[in-house]
Amino acid sequence: MTGVIGARGPTATLNQSAAIVEIRNLNYAVNGRPIFAGLDMDIPRGRVTAVMGPSGTGKTTLLRLITGQVAADAGSIMVAGQDMRAVRRADLYVLRRRMGMLFQNGALLTDLSVFENVAFPLREHTDLPERLVRQLVLTKLQAVGLRGAAELMPGELSGGMSRRVALARAIVMDPELLIYDEPFVGLDPISLGVILRLIRRLNDALGITSIVVSHDVHQISTVADVVFLLSGGTVVAKGTPPQLQSYPSEIVRQFMGGLADGPVPFHYPAPDYFGELLGRGERP
Amino acid sequence: MKLIRELWTSLIESLVGLGSVVRFLLRLLTESPRALLRFDLIAQQIFNSGALSLVIIMLSGLFVGMVLGLQGFQLLQRFGSEEALGTAAAIGLVKELGPVVTALLFAGRAGTALASELGLMRATDQLSAMEMMAVDPIRRVVVPRFLGGVIAMPLLAAIFSLIGLFGAQLVGVQIMGVDSGSFWSQMRSSVSLSDVNEGIVKSCIFGIMCSLIAVYEGYYATPTAEGVGRATTRTVVTLFFDYLITAAFL
Repeated sequence: MTGVIGARGPTATLNQSAAIVEIRNLNYAVNGRPIFAGLDMDIPRGRVTAVMGPSGTGKTTLLRLITGQVAADAGSIMVAGQDMRAVRRADLYVLRRRMGMLFQNGALLTDLSVFENVAFPLREHTDLPERLVRQLVLTKLQAVGLRGAAELMPGELSGGMSRRVALARAIVMDPELLIYDEPFVGLDPISLGVILRLIRRLNDALGITSIVVSHDVHQISTVADVVFLLSGGTVVAKGTPPQLQSYPSEIVRQFMGGLADGPVPFHYPAPDYFGELLGRGERP
Repeated sequence: MKLIRELWTSLIESLVGLGSVVRFLLRLLTESPRALLRFDLIAQQIFNSGALSLVIIMLSGLFVGMVLGLQGFQLLQRFGSEEALGTAAAIGLVKELGPVVTALLFAGRAGTALASELGLMRATDQLSAMEMMAVDPIRRVVVPRFLGGVIAMPLLAAIFSLIGLFGAQLVGVQIMGVDSGSFWSQMRSSVSLSDVNEGIVKSCIFGIMCSLIAVYEGYYATPTAEGVGRATTRTVVTLFFDYLITAAFL
C-alpha cells in the first residue's frame, strides 16, 4: 500500500518529472531470496529524501542498485537520465563523478591523511595546481569543521570525525547527488547533531539532492523532506515525516512507534516453542 | 561413485578458480602500461614489499650461506676439493636457493601483507568508496601493488644470493681456512651467465606468482574478519604449494 505524497513547506510539492532517481518495477534477489519485488520510487531533485525500513529490507542494497554497484534483475533505475541497467562502465564512472556517497563507517583510505583523503578525488580526476587543491580541500574541511584535523591520520579520528571527513571528501567534487548510508549509527549525541545539521546545510547551500538511508526515525524526521518506508520488497508508505507519523497502516505505526511486535514479527520463524523445549519439534 | 563425483566437482572448481586467476592477471597486465605512468605509486609499493622485507631476506641469506659454506666444506673436504666451495655455494644460491627461499620468505612477509591489506580495504569499504569516487581500484590500488611485488622479488633474490655468498665465504674462507683466491676464482670461472639468468628467470616467475596470488586473494576476500584471515592463509598455502611444483619443473 502506498500513501500520500507530500513534502515540507509551501514550495515543496513534489514534481515527479523533477525526479533525479526514477525506479520502476524493480526486482532484485540474492541467492534466490527476493529483496525487491516491483519497487517503484521517485526521488525528487533538490530535497533530502529518507529511505527507512526495518533491518534486512534492503535499504543499503537499494543504494548499491542506484549507484550501479550491483545490477537489478528486472525493472529500470534511471539516475539523472541514465539507465543504470544499460550503462557502460566508462559512462558509469562519469555519472559517479556527479555523485558523492558517505559510507556507514566513513571508508576513509587508511594510508592517507585527512587532507589527502579529501584531496583524493581531485588528484585522481583533475589536474589542478597544488595551491588550488589545497584551497578546495581546506574549504570543504572548514565546512565540516575539521580544518584543524587536516594533518591527522584516519586512525586518529573518532567515528563522528571520520564521517565528517568522508562527507568533506564526498562533496569535494561538488556532486549533484549525495547519498548517506546509515550516517547516524554509533554516534554520540553531539556528533549526531553535527551530522544532521550538515546534511540539511549542505543540501540547501549546495543545492544538491540528498538520499539518506537510516532507521533512526526521530533523527531523520528532523531533517528529511520526504520519507519512503520500505518493507517486504516494496514501498509501503511515502510522505513527509508528520504524514508518516499518522499514517493509517499497521506496519508504518509499528515502525514509527518502535513497537516490538506487529506485522514485522518479534520472533524469527521457528518451530513450536514448547514442542521444541520438550524435544518434539523438528528443526527446519 | 560419491568419491568420483566429489573429485569431479573439485576438478571443475579448480579449473574455474584457475580461469578466474588468469582473467585477473590479464586485467592487471592490460592496466599495467597506464599504471607505469604513475611510477610514484609503484615505487611506494616496491618500498613496502621490497625494502621492508630486506632485513629478513638479508638475515636469512646470511645464515643459509653460512650453513651452505659449512656443509659444503665438510662434504668437499672428503674429496679434497675444498677450493670448489665457492662454485658450489654460488650455483646453489644463484640457481636454486636464492629464488626459492626468497620466494618463500617474500610470500610470508610481503604476500600476506598484500592480501590482508587488500582484504581489509574490501572489508572496510575502501575499495567500494574508490568505485563510488569513479576511481578504478584495480588500476589505482591493485596494479601498483602487483607491479611493486614483481619488481621487488628479483631484486630481493639477488640480494639474498649476494649475502648468502658472503655467508659462505665467511665460514668457508675466514673460519674453515679455504683459500680465498681459489674460492672466488673458481666461482668466477665455473658459474656461467646462463646460471645467473636461470636464477633471474625463476625469481621473476616467483615474483609474478606471489604478487598475483596475494592481490587476487586479497581483492576477492570475503569482507569479514574471518574472510580476510582465510585470504591471508590461502595466499601462503597456495604459494608454497605452487612454488614447490614450479621449482620442480623449472
